[in-house]
Amino acid sequence: MRSDRSTSAPLGLKVAAIGGLAFLHIPILLIFLYAFTTEEKSYQFPPPGLTLQWFAVTWNRPDVWAALTLSVKVATIATAIALVLGTLCAAAVSQTRFFGRETISLLVILPIALPGIITGIALRSAFSMADIPFSFWTIVLGHATFCIVVVYNNAVARFRRVSGSLIEASMDLGADGFQTFRHVILPNIGTALLAGGMLAFALSFDEVIVTTFTGGQQSTLPIWMLEELIRPRQRPVTNVVAMVVMLVTFLPILAAYYLTRDGDQIAGAGK
Amino acid sequence: MTIAATQPILPNRPRLTGRISDFLWKHPQVLLAVLLGPPVLWLGIIYLGSLFALLLQSFFSIDDFSGLINYEFTLATYKQLLSDANFDIIVRTVLMAATVTLFSALIAFPIAYYAARYARGKWKAVFYLGVMLPLWSSYLVKIYAWKLILAKEGILTWAFTKLNLLWLLDGWLSLPVIGGNSLSVSYTGTFLVFVYVWMPFMILPIQAALERIPANLIEASSDLGGTPQQTFRHVLFPLALPGIVAGSIFTFSLTLGDYIIPQIVGSSRLFIGQAVYAQQGTAGNIPLAAAFTVVPIIIMGLYLWMAKRMGAFDAL
Repeated sequence: MRSDRSTSAPLGLKVAAIGGLAFLHIPILLIFLYAFTTEEKSYQFPPPGLTLQWFAVTWNRPDVWAALTLSVKVATIATAIALVLGTLCAAAVSQTRFFGRETISLLVILPIALPGIITGIALRSAFSMADIPFSFWTIVLGHATFCIVVVYNNAVARFRRVSGSLIEASMDLGADGFQTFRHVILPNIGTALLAGGMLAFALSFDEVIVTTFTGGQQSTLPIWMLEELIRPRQRPVTNVVAMVVMLVTFLPILAAYYLTRDGDQIAGAGK
Repeated sequence: MTIAATQPILPNRPRLTGRISDFLWKHPQVLLAVLLGPPVLWLGIIYLGSLFALLLQSFFSIDDFSGLINYEFTLATYKQLLSDANFDIIVRTVLMAATVTLFSALIAFPIAYYAARYARGKWKAVFYLGVMLPLWSSYLVKIYAWKLILAKEGILTWAFTKLNLLWLLDGWLSLPVIGGNSLSVSYTGTFLVFVYVWMPFMILPIQAALERIPANLIEASSDLGGTPQQTFRHVLFPLALPGIVAGSIFTFSLTLGDYIIPQIVGSSRLFIGQAVYAQQGTAGNIPLAAAFTVVPIIIMGLYLWMAKRMGAFDAL
């Protein structure tokens, strides 16, 4: 005989769990509210009035557009590099056995396990020692380095589920390695790579610490935000940008979730 | 007979890709090198190379008069690191990281427990996304949200006024050390933002550990007369501990290295991250900055070693 599992939680637990989630979400909701406030000089709550005018003002700001374009470019290229390197690494670790596999996993995780400031300052001092001027490409270099792990984690989790006999069957039927990759492996790991790529994009799009060290004069959107946080110039515009950034990062996260939710490990469980 | 023995089962493939493919199949080491080469070279040269170059610099010193780096091996920079002012920074940061970790665990546990044991079907997804979205949403925007909340004219003061509890807030702010002129320039403010930003990293590892505890263990404990408190203390908590430790790796490490949160919300007293930033930037003292970065690396090394012994990595 099996005792029925109680389905209702104790009241205290319910309150604590819902309270915890509220703690996580109320600040985000406030960002959405403040994007519409008419107050310009302070962070007054409740807002004295609501308006849409700041969306128009923000739309016409060239510095916001420049920062957004740079962020998208950096994130796209960094994601592309991370996709290639992360997939190669995941394929090697999961499809072959070799000495030092554990070390490879550690090496991939290290850039994100150590605090960002260490990665940032290490890259900065290396660039200045090698006389490499800070540019668009130094930002990409830094971002790609810590984006590899996200793609790698997703790809490794999926490779584990791709049966080796599928690959052998393809080979037995006369396909060469490239054909097997194109027609058997890729369709199997495709969604995991897409999810990993989306998360890598979100990670790069939002990254600020490493960028402050590896960027030159250019400012990505997070750098622009940081400037505004330290020395506020036009608060309503910052409010609107904050809301847009929030929305832009939500979409890849949701997409990554829906792409991998049937798997044994859902994308994004670790950042 | 002899001809068949010398010929391969299939002729070599005519196309170039086919021949490359055959070659890689016969030489798995080459295939491995092709796969592993690019990522290992990238990480090895760009990342590890930079890291070692940085650590090396901590053994140099800076000339007090010219402000130039003196490229001779010395431990003088480490001596400087342990001077009172700098040591205070280290202690302050470690204490903050420990407090943040403790409170994150306290807030995260009920969420993780509810999600692991009671949430089913649609609610499970709601909880998962409810944790994932704040976890992944923009770091700076989250800090900005707290600037809005903690501002003197912001929602927190408004809520305290409406509840007629303003005296409580003022009383809290008049306390030494944790108080200040307003929440946004006090340690309390820094602490709140740290907990908010890093706590989500704690939830999923705890949830993973809790999901592995069979429900009948808890029932067995109740059957044997254990009160809910006893069950928690002797059954649930010890089994969830690896998950808590795994989560604490994130909260602890991330708090240890952060320099943006205390810069935007907090008093003028420095944390390790800010000290590194100031030393490499305005002060131009790369050796001391490098020595400061060694501190979180060593602390995290010890922490990871302890976590590994407690089996925390199985919960990741």
